[in-house]
Amino acid sequence: MSVTALVMNGLAVTGLIVAGIVNRRKALQALKAAWHAFIGMAPRVLIIVILIGIILGFIPREFIARVVGGESGFRGILLSATFGAIMFIPSILAFPLAGSLLESGAALSSVAAFITSLTMIGIVSLPVELKVLGKKMTLYRNVFGFIFALMIAMVMGALL
Amino acid sequence: MEKKDIQKKTFSKGRVAALLVTAAAAVILALVLPDRRQAFLEASWKFFLEMLIILPAITVMIGLFSVFVPKELITKHLGESSGFKGFLLSLGLGMLPAGPLYVAFPVAAALLAKGARRANIIVFLTAWACIKLPQEMMEFTFMGPAFTFTRLALTVIAAALMGFLTERIMAGGQRYS
Repeated sequence: MSVTALVMNGLAVTGLIVAGIVNRRKALQALKAAWHAFIGMAPRVLIIVILIGIILGFIPREFIARVVGGESGFRGILLSATFGAIMFIPSILAFPLAGSLLESGAALSSVAAFITSLTMIGIVSLPVELKVLGKKMTLYRNVFGFIFALMIAMVMGALL
Repeated sequence: MEKKDIQKKTFSKGRVAALLVTAAAAVILALVLPDRRQAFLEASWKFFLEMLIILPAITVMIGLFSVFVPKELITKHLGESSGFKGFLLSLGLGMLPAGPLYVAFPVAAALLAKGARRANIIVFLTAWACIKLPQEMMEFTFMGPAFTFTRLALTVIAAALMGFLTERIMAGGQRYS
């Protein structure tokens, strides 16, 4: 078990204990909500686990490196951001996937582009956004989101 | 309520179908590339164990936030202050998790109707989408501190710029002073 995992579990347990002292009923309610979230996530966790296995096991490193690796430059960043905008993966499960991409030869900037546009832009939730926020604001939010995802990725590639 | 239930059902059906398709793809690949089977199993198993260790902690945090920081609390406080304080408040309230992004849109619309600044709404939505706390815990675990904090800092800057730009363009450069 890594130190990070220990710290995260420590945080959760501490939070739960404090919550239990403050309000026992609410703490139990939170545990119930946690269980529901866990169950709701379970099928997608399995999908991601299999997907990670496919990326690390079956897809040749050279292929990933060529398409979204360091050599791919801006094209790789653009491709990753586009993928991120289209795909519908809960953000929590996107990070293990991103980690495996990094491990298998993707450039750090491409991975940053993927994560940022994935979380910032949702094609699936677009109808709701259009209906609630209106055409103009939706357009600006998503276009700026995409552009900034590319910029964040490029800066990260330069910094790290 | 009824509509929500239907949505839930079709969602989970889609999820199971997606799981089956992914599993089938893995089986086919394992048959076609038998020498890579071991690498596939090892990678999947390793990440499965990591998820098993970290996900209960993350979901407990989600549960705690959902009970102790209800959506109403966020709506109540957002749009109250302006300027830099308003920016920080929008950012902070957006980071408290209260469901997926499509839950945030109606909140944002209600706040707009109440007269909240457009820039702050954009900041709030960006924070909600990109830097929710359990999500950051996950990022820290799988991507490490350097990646997480750099991206976090850049996202905060991006959120501010996005808010500023959207407000400016939509107001035609008039309302902003």
